[in-house]
Amino acid sequence: MTVIEADTDRGALGGPGRERTVVKNVTFARVLRSEWTKFITLRSSWVTLDLGLLLLGLFGAVAAFTYSPDAVDGMGGPPGVGGGTTDAVSLALTGLSFASMVVGVLGVLLTAGEYSTGMIRSTLAAVPKRLPVLWAKGLIAGVSVFLVTAVGAFAAFLIGQFGLDGESIALSLNDDGVIRSLLGAGVYLGLVAMFGVAIGSLVRSPAGGIAAVVGVLLLLPGLASLLPDSWYDTLSPYFPSTAGGAVYALTESADGLSPGAGIAVFAGWVVLAFAAAALRLKRTDA
Amino acid sequence: MIEARELTKRYGDKTVVDHLDFTVKPGEVTGFLGPNGAGKSTTMRMILGLDAPTAGSVTVNGKAYDRHAAPMHEIGALLEAKSVHPGRSAVGHLTALAQTHGIARTRVDEVIDLAGLHSVAHKRVGAFSLGMGQRLGIAAALLGDPEVVMLDEPVNGLDPEGVLWVRNLLAQLASEGRAVMLSSHLMSETSQIADHLIIIGRGRLLADTTVADLVAAAAGGVKVLSDEASRLTALLAAPDVAVTSYSSEELLVTGMSAREIGQVAMRHSVPLHELTPVGVSLEEAFMDLTRDEVEYHSGSVESTRKAAR
Repeated sequence: MTVIEADTDRGALGGPGRERTVVKNVTFARVLRSEWTKFITLRSSWVTLDLGLLLLGLFGAVAAFTYSPDAVDGMGGPPGVGGGTTDAVSLALTGLSFASMVVGVLGVLLTAGEYSTGMIRSTLAAVPKRLPVLWAKGLIAGVSVFLVTAVGAFAAFLIGQFGLDGESIALSLNDDGVIRSLLGAGVYLGLVAMFGVAIGSLVRSPAGGIAAVVGVLLLLPGLASLLPDSWYDTLSPYFPSTAGGAVYALTESADGLSPGAGIAVFAGWVVLAFAAAALRLKRTDA
Repeated sequence: MIEARELTKRYGDKTVVDHLDFTVKPGEVTGFLGPNGAGKSTTMRMILGLDAPTAGSVTVNGKAYDRHAAPMHEIGALLEAKSVHPGRSAVGHLTALAQTHGIARTRVDEVIDLAGLHSVAHKRVGAFSLGMGQRLGIAAALLGDPEVVMLDEPVNGLDPEGVLWVRNLLAQLASEGRAVMLSSHLMSETSQIADHLIIIGRGRLLADTTVADLVAAAAGGVKVLSDEASRLTALLAAPDVAVTSYSSEELLVTGMSAREIGQVAMRHSVPLHELTPVGVSLEEAFMDLTRDEVEYHSGSVESTRKAAR
């Protein structure tokens, strides 16, 4: 090894008369760039993104090809799709609830993973104002998951069109609400990833964060059905996953929210989670 | 320059750092010493703004750490060895840190070479040995060309060559006018690197001194056994010489070497039957200091002498 030599010859940082390294101020754009590098240099980001894409595309396409109007809907639609009637869009989005778990995990790992590995100390030492890190992570998770899963949703729908050729439920992209639903699936999943980022930062443990995200999105609606009926009917449209479901459902269910109201309510939950995460990040020791 | 004033950290009713006052000055290496659990790491985390002080304050170059626009240019720190995501490569880790401060990619390569990590730069950090992890941490600390370099137990896990490397590196950083602070629980190792020593125990400041002063204070003395101990005591009397009598035959003399005592005794025909230099290592002095904080303030030399016997 030539470590010692290199050290004494050149000087630790360039020796006397050395040029000082150019160091600029920390800005949000620089934090965003740094977080992007962190995002793409972790295998878990790629695995979860690819898996999300695969689950959406594959499940949606398979559901369309195996669809038969006589059979009972065996695969089960994604949560929040009102009524028992199946349409081409909900078939295409068969993999959505699985994908939502995967992108939720992606979000949780981005923040909670830093606590479990100790990386958070390096991160916060570089950005002691702290909050820009949370915003940057949320933005990166939300936008990248939206782009990838929107592609997955469109792919599932377009491939599925061949399987549904001639069936009465077949739809094309030109039909009312189809593009809105497919894009809505991407928006919903992007928000789920952001929700994961916030919960991961709040809980600071990957296992706890994943449990919390799964619990809130999948189990809460089920648990809530234990409530008295009148309460349940009033409250259930506002649960995160139910409200979010209105965004990608092709037809508005009678007792549900409109797509616009649904996305607003779910985004409200995400904002709430970020507010709590920001408070904890700023207030408590890292 | 790091300045701590009345710095205090409590967790519940446990006080981990207790009204610490100290200054880490530019151009010298300051050793931050204390046994495990003395509050060294907590203090360093407060310097970096990772933990908020319960009371008091600490500043880096005149400002609280999070008030700096480019904090990595003010202070570079190595905290616990693995403050790194194990799934990322050394290059990925350092690049991400560099980007927060708009630091050029060439600087990343520079610190990788400096730390001797060139051959493993693209390997996952999770596969690194403890020593390689330390080198990566030191590379990260130097990334922003900081005024202050703060390293928590930097030689942990390093091989002898690595220890020498750290020692030379720190001396060089200090000679470039930077303030260098390193923590350790090993006196022997720190005394070889540091100029100045801040010693804490149970969160409290025990000593703020220089290595030279501590060596002087820790010098043991000479044990003398003689049938005419009281006559010898009178003969040895001089301004810088202290003689303690433990019995009618036994003396402990400080401020005079065994050779000088022997010559005095011969000149005056005082028979001696034992003349033994009693060494007190820095390590012993340090252990004595940290064993009982209260005793230190009243008489450090006295307590080191007792330890010597």
